[in-house]
Amino acid sequence: MATTTINPPELHVLAVDDSNVDRKLIQKLLQISSFKVTVVESGSSALQYLGLDEETSCHRFNDLKVNLIITDYSMPGMTGFELLKKIKNSSALRQIPVVIMSSENILTRIDRCFEEGAEDYLLKPVKLSDLRRLKDSILKTGSQTQTRKRKHKNDESPNFSYHDRTPSPPSSPQQSQTKRARL
Amino acid sequence: MHRQVANVRKSLFDQGYLDEQFIQLEELQDNSNPNFVEEVVTLFYRDSARFLSNLDQALEKRSLDFGKLDSLMHQFKSSSTSIGAKKVKSECTQFRNYCNARNAEGCKRTFQNVKKEYTILRKKLEAYFQMSRQVGPTETACRPSSRLVMPIVPLYLYLFTSLKQQTSYTDDVLLLLHTAINSGVTS
Repeated sequence: MATTTINPPELHVLAVDDSNVDRKLIQKLLQISSFKVTVVESGSSALQYLGLDEETSCHRFNDLKVNLIITDYSMPGMTGFELLKKIKNSSALRQIPVVIMSSENILTRIDRCFEEGAEDYLLKPVKLSDLRRLKDSILKTGSQTQTRKRKHKNDESPNFSYHDRTPSPPSSPQQSQTKRARL
Repeated sequence: MHRQVANVRKSLFDQGYLDEQFIQLEELQDNSNPNFVEEVVTLFYRDSARFLSNLDQALEKRSLDFGKLDSLMHQFKSSSTSIGAKKVKSECTQFRNYCNARNAEGCKRTFQNVKKEYTILRKKLEAYFQMSRQVGPTETACRPSSRLVMPIVPLYLYLFTSLKQQTSYTDDVLLLLHTAINSGVTS
């Protein structure tokens, strides 16, 4: 009797971070999470790797299929946010989910990233559990649905927490307290 | 010697030099990459030298550029956070608060604390890694605390049943303890 084991496809992640320490960390975290990893140190390098010409926004064909991009927010030159915008504005690349990493828990920043089409916003330092959750989400839904889950950290958080991204006016502080995201 | 390493490690956490992020690093270390934590920390020293030097220079200017100072410190704080440098991170936050308040004296004073905490941590980590290398990679590759828990459970069960049977259990306890500790060390 033949049994077929279907292994989940290995996802290829492009990680972008200007910090040497964080690059080494994210590479290891991604490898342990069974991603195939390519790491670059800037938005420009990322676009180059993806085959997108920065100036003309023309995309040259390459077969280095990237399933996910995970980028630091604060980088010199091109920020992670700018990189996100460039990717989402490219017809060739916009379907690739882009995850933002940041050490700063700033709601307006988080909102802007999601508005620009980010798949998720992870607070640094990123943990294995973050990537496990991300991987499940990517494999399950592809890049069709945007995940709304965010992490909440007590030590650096402002007084109010995240609110659900439903098309409604911003939550009042009392509402936010009850909708406090899980740790 | 094994216990000494474990104690040194524990004291780094107890005294607030390291936080749980350091444990996250340890969990990424395995036999295929047995020096991962030390490699990351060494990268941190290298980057730190550059960040601190840039900050020193920026703080020497007659008129401080608080935006630039904040940006430079953000980079250093990020790295510190990534390796779990708790006290260093805390001083970095203080510094950034002074930047936001445009308080030059506060910045300069806090920066001295940043450098002090960094130097202390570096010395302690260097000593810790040196000790760890002397005892061998297996002992520090994984969190040591988790391995002692498993042999203890059957030990308690045995003690309980021995008490009920009123056997002379002291010798048995000593033997079990000895076996448990040995299996914990070598597994």
